[in-house]
Order: sequence, then structure tokens, then C-alpha cells
Amino acid sequence: MPSFRGMGGGLAALVGLLLAGAAQGATTLEQDAVFNLPTGVTPISREIYGLHMYGLWVVTIIGVLVFGVMGYSLWAHSRKRHPVPAKFHENTTVEVIWTLVPFLILVSMALPAAATLVRAYNTSNPYMTVKVTGSQWRWVYEYPDFGVGFVSSLDARSNQASMLGSGIDPATVPHYLRAVDHPMVVPEGKKVRLLITSADVDHAWSVMDLGIKKNAYPGFINEVWFNADRIGTYTGQCTVLCGRGHSYMPTAVKVVSLEDFNAWVKGELAAKHTLHLSEGCDAEAAAGDAVGKTFPVSQVCGSGAKARWQGSGVPRHGTRDEDAAAARS
Amino acid sequence: MAEQIEGAGASAHGTAAVHEHGPPKGIMRWISTTNHKDLGTLYLLFSGLMFIVGGAFSLVIRAELFEPGLQFLDPGTYNEFMSMHALVMIFGAVMPAFVGLANWMVPMQIGASDLAMPRLNNFGFWLLPFAFVLLLSSFFLPGGASAAGWTMYPPLMLQMGLAVPFQIFAVHLMGISSVTGAINLIVTVLNMRAPGMTLMKMPIFVWGWFITAYLVIMVLPVLAGSITMLLTDKYFGTTFFDPTGGGDPILYEHIFWFFGHPEVYIMILPAFGIISMIIPTFARKPLFGYESMVYALACIGFLSCLVWAHHMFADGMPLPAEIFFMFSTMTISVPTGVKIFNWVATMWRGSLTYETPMLFSIAFVVLFSIGGFSGLMMAMAPVDFQYHNTYFIIAHFHYVLVPGSVFAIIAAVYYWMPKWTGVMYSERLGRIHFWLSLVFINVLFFPQHFLGLAGMVRRTADYPAQFADWNMVSSIGAFLFFASQFIFAYNMARCIWFRRGMAKATSRVWEGAYGLEWVVPSPAPYHSFHDEPPSKYVDSESPWVLEVQARPVAAS
Repeated sequence: MPSFRGMGGGLAALVGLLLAGAAQGATTLEQDAVFNLPTGVTPISREIYGLHMYGLWVVTIIGVLVFGVMGYSLWAHSRKRHPVPAKFHENTTVEVIWTLVPFLILVSMALPAAATLVRAYNTSNPYMTVKVTGSQWRWVYEYPDFGVGFVSSLDARSNQASMLGSGIDPATVPHYLRAVDHPMVVPEGKKVRLLITSADVDHAWSVMDLGIKKNAYPGFINEVWFNADRIGTYTGQCTVLCGRGHSYMPTAVKVVSLEDFNAWVKGELAAKHTLHLSEGCDAEAAAGDAVGKTFPVSQVCGSGAKARWQGSGVPRHGTRDEDAAAARS
Repeated sequence: MAEQIEGAGASAHGTAAVHEHGPPKGIMRWISTTNHKDLGTLYLLFSGLMFIVGGAFSLVIRAELFEPGLQFLDPGTYNEFMSMHALVMIFGAVMPAFVGLANWMVPMQIGASDLAMPRLNNFGFWLLPFAFVLLLSSFFLPGGASAAGWTMYPPLMLQMGLAVPFQIFAVHLMGISSVTGAINLIVTVLNMRAPGMTLMKMPIFVWGWFITAYLVIMVLPVLAGSITMLLTDKYFGTTFFDPTGGGDPILYEHIFWFFGHPEVYIMILPAFGIISMIIPTFARKPLFGYESMVYALACIGFLSCLVWAHHMFADGMPLPAEIFFMFSTMTISVPTGVKIFNWVATMWRGSLTYETPMLFSIAFVVLFSIGGFSGLMMAMAPVDFQYHNTYFIIAHFHYVLVPGSVFAIIAAVYYWMPKWTGVMYSERLGRIHFWLSLVFINVLFFPQHFLGLAGMVRRTADYPAQFADWNMVSSIGAFLFFASQFIFAYNMARCIWFRRGMAKATSRVWEGAYGLEWVVPSPAPYHSFHDEPPSKYVDSESPWVLEVQARPVAAS
């Protein structure tokens, strides 16, 4: 039974949201439960937050005005107080005004939004690139600049608690459904470009604190970028319905200092987390990321990678093939 | 003038009683009927049944989401219920409800004795039960119902099993049914209006449906095309959407949303028409800006075909496409805003009373606007990167669909039920139903704004624990909202089947009501305008809106 500790805060946030309340902090694994959009830790996510608050103010003011006028009319022009109705039914002047004024308000929203969009689309000159491949129901991260590659799956404790009738209260599991076994690690203050694709069905890679949500399609590569300026772990989930494991595909990014990042790369290489260069890997297919081909990771990267990918005998929300096999047996 | 109208109504009734052959008795009446009123009734009853089925599916969803963790359903089964909830509600509940209302009211409002093609009307309705048997039976197939969402995106849709052809053929049947209804409506409106009723004198509900019908004819065949391509991709070796054969999964999204976005206007334009009928009645004042209302409807219908890719801002479209669809989407809020302002101006300095249809209409104006507000916010493409596929979107489209379309349907049923059955429903139960619905719909959907902004992803069977509290609130709202609707069902069932002791309705019903449907007696005879042409009520010299529609006000 989850506690209702958030209720007071929730009601406060309701008032806060309606009055366009104060900025909320970033959601990290350390800080849960917000009721407004996170400001995030990248320049783009802060711009988006600003646009969001501007939009919220605009609609709040329009709402207060329109519903205020209507509310006054409902009170003052009820039959009791206003027994004889007026007969007017048109007024060209006001109709022109309430067509033009909203149009100008829209322009004031559209122009800054377009400017932000242009910046969000500028993926040029990154410090490094990470290739992100969605697969039912895990993420594969490959760092072509460093030769690092690994699979990122739902954390084992979340996985165990998420089973139907597991009897484990998810509230007791730290970062339930958001923690992963192997997060993407990136350096602080560097422009990171993501190349996003899929090995099977549509997925979407999304982390709100980075201001990113981008679909992953088989056969196509999408580009996005971020430059996180605060150390921490930021999480999200797959956001396009991708089958029965859709809820169990978290995206987690650990932002560390450049020294820590370099040390992490060394450690990964030492641990042979070099997925597309690993044993049994088809070198030509592995080079596919350079020319835009995609491929099912499980076919390309041999038994070693596959074993690492699928963990150690713990029941998981399995791959589609495994589920089909289980259903047949 | 009032006596003349009332007297005419009574004499029409008297002569109808002599000449009318009346419907055949028993079940064959309903199977073989070509009468627009019988078919309207069938559509509305079918829609009511589907509201219960789709509502029950939503309760399954909300029960699973009551707490984090999986309590009742395998996540695959959850996806089945989630997908079927949408299909049943869109194609089974909301669209047939509007078709039912059009069947009943459009001929009466334009002074026609029936729709132009009565047999086609019968065919269109009777496709629906078969379509939904086909669709819902897929739950019992090996592998269950299709769990790829109502959007049916490939490649996920192609991973579904035996349910795929069931679902695709069912949706084809629903589409054919909608198109027959739309063709019938356009032909009727263009050919069967009473002499003197020019297009710009038509009641605004007819206008709303007239434009909707064009949208239906334009986009339902596009849906049929896209799902047929899915079918051939799955069974006949084509690769429209499969990149290994040179296909493109994003192509499907473009085709689907070219249907899907006008579809949401198909579900709201008739509602705009209903609200534009009800507010003037209870404000006792003509609709403000009739012409601008008509132009706004047409403008929304046109723009709705230019905005589809705002469902795809996160797809990675080229920058110019993102900017175009952002601007075009924002533009729609201008005509929509005009409609809201016109409704408020209609109330302004009227003489308002608050019967149940009016209460639901006022709630419509406010809550639909809230849905429009969040829609305007998510039109900003970069901000939509954050909102997209979160519960913020769920809150948005449920605000425009439930307190939007569904409240309009409820308001319309209260408004016209006395005309259909000849008895007044219980106003007290109506008010109880309204206030419970108003409270619980907001308990149900308002917290989903917070969940979405905080990052809760839609279409998930389970969610991170920090979303637990608002989900519990939302689920409680869902169960209580669903329960509240049985007050409505009881109230209406009494009017339809248990009329004894209930107050008789006059032919005018509401003292501020205007339009041709109120000159026929209550209950409406099996064939309206049978002996008496409606043209005697249509003054071709005077503007219809001003003179005839406003006249009954003075009469009361």
C-alpha cells in the first residue's frame, strides 16, 4: 500500500501549477516525485521548461478571463436576476478582436518555440557519439569513439518485484522500474550526440532531465544531442508501446566528471564490455552503425554477448522469442 | 404565433394517427427497419452498450494501475485491454452515438421525413454489431486480442498473432458503416431541406454533422488503406512498412495520422453543434455569431487535415516539417477559440436557467477548454518532446473526449429525450448525475496532468513508485465516474421503457427551444412531417436564425 505522503505536496502543487508555481528541481534517482515538468540539466531542457511555463501562464490567464466572464454571466444573467434576455446576436468588432488577439498570442508562443527547435536540432560538432539501439526490451549502448559497448537492462530488484504477484511492495525497491544494471555514462559539460535506432519494433529513448525524447525505428537512425552540466543520474523510460515489456525498458544516464568518465572507459574496456567487437561478432554487420544499417544485436554479437545480455537464470520479462517458446511449451 | 404552432403540431398528430401505418411488431421491426428514428434508437442503444463495455475495459486498466506493481494482469493482457478500450470507445461508443443523434435529429431539424437512403442506413447500422463481435471475439483467440494499441503501429502490430485479421476486418466494417452514414447525411442535407431553408439557415447541429460527414468520407478510406497494407505486410509478403524490404515504419504513422487527426474532429464537430443548439435554448437568446460559428466549423475541418504530424514530433522529422506542423496546429486554436467566445457571448445578458442539458453544456465549455489549453501547450514542438507519450497527453485527449464529446452526447440525450419519448426525465436525478460526473471526471483526469509532467509514460502496465499517489486518486475517480453513469442509464431507461406516472412533455419541451424538431409532437410520430409540409414554418423572407428560431421565446 503506497503511502499518501505526497498528497499534501500534491495539493500544493495543484495550486502551484494553476498559479504557475516555482520551478521544481531536477529529477534524479535521488529526488523523486515532482508535479511539474523538471527543469532538467541541459540548456535545451531549461529552454523547454521556460516555454512550458510561458504556455502555462498564457492558458491560465486566458482561462481565468474567459471562465471569469462566463462565471459572472452565469450568476448575473440567470433568469432570476435577468428575466428579459437581450436580443443581440452578433458584433463584428468583438469578433474581429477575438480572432486577431489569439493569433498574436500564438505568434508569441510559436517564434521562441521554433528557435528552441532549431537549437535542439543542431547536432553538429559533438564531443562524442553514443549509438543507442532499442530492442525488446533492453537498450544497447555503443561508444564508437571508445570501443565500449554494453546492454542496459532493468535492474534485478525491480525486475523481481515487477513480476505478477511477486508479493514485493514496489515502494520498498529503490528507484523501482527506473534503475538499470548498466547505465549509459557520459562526461559532464560535453556535447554528446546520440544515434538512435531499433533492432525490432519502434521504441523511444527518453530522459526528461536531458530534454530528450526521440523515437527509435528499425532501419532508420535518429540524431539528438545533449550537454548535461550537472553530475547525477537521470532516468526515463521507453515511451513508444513496444510489446509486453514496454514498462520494463528504463533509460538511465549517469553524468560524471571527465576524469571519472575516462576512468570508466578504461574499466569497461578492461571488463571487455566491447559489445560489437566481442567474440562471435560479425565484423561487417558491426560496422553497420557507420552506414545506417541496423541488425538484431542477438544475431550479430555471438553467444558471449547474448549470455551477458540475458543475465543469469533469474526470471525476466523475457525476449519475444523466449515468451513464444514458453507459451508453446 | 405560438398557438398556431402548437395547434399545427396537434393537428399533425391527429392526422398522423389516422394515416400512419406504423412499424411492424416484434424483433423484425428492428432488423428490417429503414426508419430514421428506429435506426437512431438502435445506434444510441448500441453506443450505450459499447460505453459500458469500453468503460469496463477502462476499469480493468485503472484497477491494475491503482497501485504500482502487477496485481491482476500480465502486461501483455493489460495492453490488450488498453488497445480494445480505445477501439471500442472511438468506433463503438462515440461515433455511433453521434450517428444515432444525426439519424434522429437531422431529418427533423431540416424538415425531411427520413434520410435520403433508408436501406443504406439500415445496412450501415447492422454492420456494427458484426464488426464488434469480430473485434471482441479476438480476446478468445490463442494469443489474445491485438495488443499493439488502437494506432496499430508496425512492426509491433505485425508481431500480433491471429487477432490481426480479426481486428483489421472489424475496423474495415466500422469504417464502411461510418462512410455509409456520412454519404447518407450529405445527400440528405443537400437534397431534402424544407423549402426556404437555405444552407446558412440550417440549425448548427446539422452544420456540424455536415462538415463531419465530409471528413469521414475523406479519411476513413485512408485508414482502410493503411490497415490493408498492414494485412498484406503480414500475410502476403509485401514490405510497405518493413525496412528490410525497403519499407518505412514512419510511412504508416503518416498515413494513420492523416486519418487519425481528422478523426478526433469527427468526434468533436457534432459535439460543437449540440452545444451550439443547447446554450441558446437555455439562455433564451439566439446563438451569437451564427455565421462565424459555421465558418469556424468549416475552418477547423479544413485545418484538421493539415496538422496530422503533430502526433509525430518525436519521430525525428526534418526541421522544416516540425516547424510547419507546429504552426498549423497552433492555428486551429483560433477558430476553436472563436467558438468558445461565441458560446460565452450567447450566455451574456441572456436569461439563463440550469436544466440538466445546460449544466452538461456549461461543463463542456469549461472542461473542453482545459483540454484545448493543454493541446495548445503541446503544439509547441520542443515542449512536446517532454509531454509526448506521457499521461499529460492522456489527460489532454480524455479532457476533450470525455467531458468534451461524451458530455455533449449526454447533454443531447437529456435535451432530446422528451422529444423522443414524450415524457420528461427526472430533473432531480439529472442534476445528481451531473454533479457526480463533474466531480469524478476531474478526480479521474486532472491528476493525470501531474503524472504526465512528472514523467509517467502512457501504455504501461506498471509505473515507478513515485507516481503511486495520483494514480490511486485517478483510479478512485474512474470507478466513481463509471458508477455515476448508471444514474443516467436508470433515468433514461425510465423514459424509454417505464413511462407510467412520468410527466408528459409538450411538443415545445423547453420554453426557449427553437427549430423544426419542436413543431412536431412529443413523442415524435413514426413519420414526421407526414401530412404537413414543414415549409409553413420556414419563413423564406426572413433570416431563419433571427425570426423563426428566436420566435418561441416571445411565445412563452
